[in-house]
Amino acid sequence: MNFDCIVVGAGPAGISAAITLAKAGLSVVVLERGAYPGAKNVQGAVLYTHQLAEVLPEFWKDPQAALERPITEQRTVIATEDSWVSVGYKSEKYLKEPHNCYTIIRVRFDQWFSKKAEEAGAEIYTGVTVRDVARKDGKICGVKTGDGDELLAPCVIACDGVNSILAQKAGLIDELKPSEVALGAKEILSLPAGVIEDRFNLEKGEGATTEMFGALTQGMLGYVFLYTNKDTLSLGVGCKLTDYQKKGLRPSEHLEAIKQHPFVRRLIAGSKTLEYSAHLIPEGGMRSMPPLYTDGFLIAGDAAQMVNPAFREGSNMAMTAGKLAAETVIEAKKAGDFSAAKLSAYEDKLKESYLWPDLEEVQDVEAWVEARSGFLDFYPKLACDLAHLRFTVDGQPKKGHLGKAFSMIQKRGAVDLAKDAWMMLKLGKRLAI
Amino acid sequence: MKETVEAKLGLLTYKKGPETHISIGDPNICASQCPDKPCATVCPAKVYEWEEHSKKILVAYENCIECGACRMICPFQNIKCDWPNGGFGVQYQYG
Repeated sequence: MNFDCIVVGAGPAGISAAITLAKAGLSVVVLERGAYPGAKNVQGAVLYTHQLAEVLPEFWKDPQAALERPITEQRTVIATEDSWVSVGYKSEKYLKEPHNCYTIIRVRFDQWFSKKAEEAGAEIYTGVTVRDVARKDGKICGVKTGDGDELLAPCVIACDGVNSILAQKAGLIDELKPSEVALGAKEILSLPAGVIEDRFNLEKGEGATTEMFGALTQGMLGYVFLYTNKDTLSLGVGCKLTDYQKKGLRPSEHLEAIKQHPFVRRLIAGSKTLEYSAHLIPEGGMRSMPPLYTDGFLIAGDAAQMVNPAFREGSNMAMTAGKLAAETVIEAKKAGDFSAAKLSAYEDKLKESYLWPDLEEVQDVEAWVEARSGFLDFYPKLACDLAHLRFTVDGQPKKGHLGKAFSMIQKRGAVDLAKDAWMMLKLGKRLAI
Repeated sequence: MKETVEAKLGLLTYKKGPETHISIGDPNICASQCPDKPCATVCPAKVYEWEEHSKKILVAYENCIECGACRMICPFQNIKCDWPNGGFGVQYQYG
């Protein structure tokens, strides 16, 4: 059987590509190694809607749309073992459709999204593991499956996720290094909808997200998240794989420690674990991005490291990349030219979109933070100690507070403070707005 | 009360494949050159366990949740972890 395009992977990138191709009248097949779309996929999960609406206009009008809660409040918590400072932003503006973002449950979302691709005319074959690219005269002309079949098409889009075996076989990437990925682990915890709304101060149907920094990551670079779904919570953590490696800590044990933290403990009290999952998150960013195309071959989504961890974006970027890859293939089909030169338009399109500039903007952020040794331990503790000083009445004159605050800050040492301040200034420019 | 990794894995649905998708390249490397054995301490599904009397890493491939971290955390690139064949392996219900 011949197709205009083979898409490997039924995640956000692959399905966005398939919908775009099918709507333009191209014949497209999506090959998914799971028994159903989503079977192998894990995400926090917060989905930003802008990019989904570009693929599926007015998606929110579909009563079947697999969305959990529209997010009206986003909170950041900086914690020590027994204390925390929290800041949040809540707005009624987020109540209007299309909502800025929703929580989703990926298995349900991916199945719904895949159905939309089938309705548009794409074929989706599940339970098919792609093991290699097929080549003719050295050029990629399709894929080889685990069952020994060959499927042919003038173009293949690899959307097979983090550590893309297909992109490796195509010769575009090597095995990722542990410093280029984070290991994420998560549990789905069941709680009645009303209890969730009470505990998170939400009106019926609204959702909230919380990201937690500080003691909860035990000195590793990463954060803990707690998201509200309809009648479940997603509690998870993602830290650099090198940090887990150094620490020798199993993420399941890390999650158990997180559940005991006083901030988390009371929010999840009485819940029951429904599922445990783990997945790699590509966090090498722009510096790890592979070549995105070769003759008859394109890469999109996690497979191409398209994640912006500083802004919690990934699935939306995958949708953009899948769509732009598909548009490139549509133009190539019109021209009858699937050469690397023709497909290079994909990279131009990414550069013209938000995706490329955003990834460039945050490409050094992780390295900056990592270079400031002790940063992740010192500042959460300082924030909590300063708040404790401010809010505690101890019978002592308050004019001594300023001196105490200075001595707390000075513990870091003048040189480190100056370097931290410089780094935070750079960080602020990239992350604050 | 803390939940063990075994209890967490017990919640998952798997379709067990007929053969392993994971193999250790050279078991002597694990025995002689790798004192830390990060695969045994970090793998989120406890696939890898060091067996002292046989001086070998045991591989419980049926536990694997297919994250791929083992390939990168092995300091000797001594773990080959491919995807299970189509339709086999972990089947997340939520993801």
